[in-house]
Amino acid sequence: MIDFEYEAPTTLENATELLASHAGKTAILAGGTDILVQLREGHRSVDLVVDVKNIPDLNTLNWSSETGLTLGASVACSRIFADPDVQQAYPAIVDSAQIIGGWQIQSRASIGGNLCNASPAADTIPGLMVHQAQCVIHGSRGARTIPVQDMCTGPGLNALQDDELLVELRLPAPAAQSSSAYERFIPRNEMDIAVAGAASWVQLDESKTQIVAARIALGAVAPTPVAAQEAADWLVGKPAVEDSFAQAGELAKQVASPISDMRGTKQYRVHLASVLTKRTLQRAAERAAS
Amino acid sequence: MANKRLVTTTINGEVFEFLCRPQQSLLEILRDELRLTGAKEGCNNGNCGACTVLLNGAPVNSCLVLAVEVDGAELQTVEGIACSGELHPLQQCFLEGAALQCGICTPGFLVAAKALLDENPAATEQEIRFTLAGNLCRCTGYDKIVRAIQAAGAQMQTATP
Repeated sequence: MIDFEYEAPTTLENATELLASHAGKTAILAGGTDILVQLREGHRSVDLVVDVKNIPDLNTLNWSSETGLTLGASVACSRIFADPDVQQAYPAIVDSAQIIGGWQIQSRASIGGNLCNASPAADTIPGLMVHQAQCVIHGSRGARTIPVQDMCTGPGLNALQDDELLVELRLPAPAAQSSSAYERFIPRNEMDIAVAGAASWVQLDESKTQIVAARIALGAVAPTPVAAQEAADWLVGKPAVEDSFAQAGELAKQVASPISDMRGTKQYRVHLASVLTKRTLQRAAERAAS
Repeated sequence: MANKRLVTTTINGEVFEFLCRPQQSLLEILRDELRLTGAKEGCNNGNCGACTVLLNGAPVNSCLVLAVEVDGAELQTVEGIACSGELHPLQQCFLEGAALQCGICTPGFLVAAKALLDENPAATEQEIRFTLAGNLCRCTGYDKIVRAIQAAGAQMQTATP
């Protein structure tokens, strides 16, 4: 029978005090859509659940074309993908937030939580990576910022110290003629965990026919989401056509090191990685051109 | 064991007070404490939607909400869908369209579908199926459920406000 205390602090200071005082035996609760299942199934055991939904700093959703997006760690997916600025500037984020679970999950689950939960198959992390998100973290010793790709340190493991919490994500304002996309493969139509996922970001030249810059990140094919740097670098200067995307897909799959499990074999996941890379590059380029 | 907490919440317009332990889910309290047994436990891990309730207007899986979290919140359950003794168009259409067999998924579908139709009474089949992906049914194959929701939506569009 699981048993824990519950606190819902309203300031960052209170939150870090609580986390520090129960060092290592706390769970941070935003949407709770995975944490509560883990607690109930005995995968984690904690003395205290710290609900961070009542801290104003974690509930912000601000965008400006100069400074980009500030996204509080507790903000629910449903609020994120409904935001017109986010839809315009960060399509990969919207693509992923809209397909995590279903409506009931999206009403509660947060992108901050998806990141900190650090599932290798997390849907929103590849999009955060290609948009170069920064994680603002707060702890007893103050604040620090790390790039999103440094947050996940292993399956289900994150870079937070015992007394720390993720406050917000900061995404830079998108460059001109750029856009992004996320796609995952699942056996059903909805609700599944990604067998493989890919996010791509592409910037086109002014003629909108040539790739100026690109970023690719893969999910569910390694212990953590992983960037396909070589494939992205190769795309610079290439024409924004299907063949380029296909070749980039072949390069991208080289960073995939998946396991075989009930959702798919190693070989199938590697293949999916290349196909999803190609498709998301195509989609990102189409969006960038429009 | 952690001490019980006092929670005050509004459910279907009525104020409720209850005691609960932090680890108890909203679903558990609704059913076992408050005897609002409309919400059902189908999976207890957020996959099936049989426990769907509206929390401050948004559909959520009550199995994944801790009861302590709803202090000060407004909830709507299936028990609150009928209005002054009159069935809601959704309930009427589910009955007339035979959109249920065992009925265990039905309360969850009604709550989620009501939230959908309140936003978009003209929801298409595709939109209905996608938006209600979090509600699973083992009996019907979904077809009659979707048709009943569409029929209710049509009624809601022509009804006088």
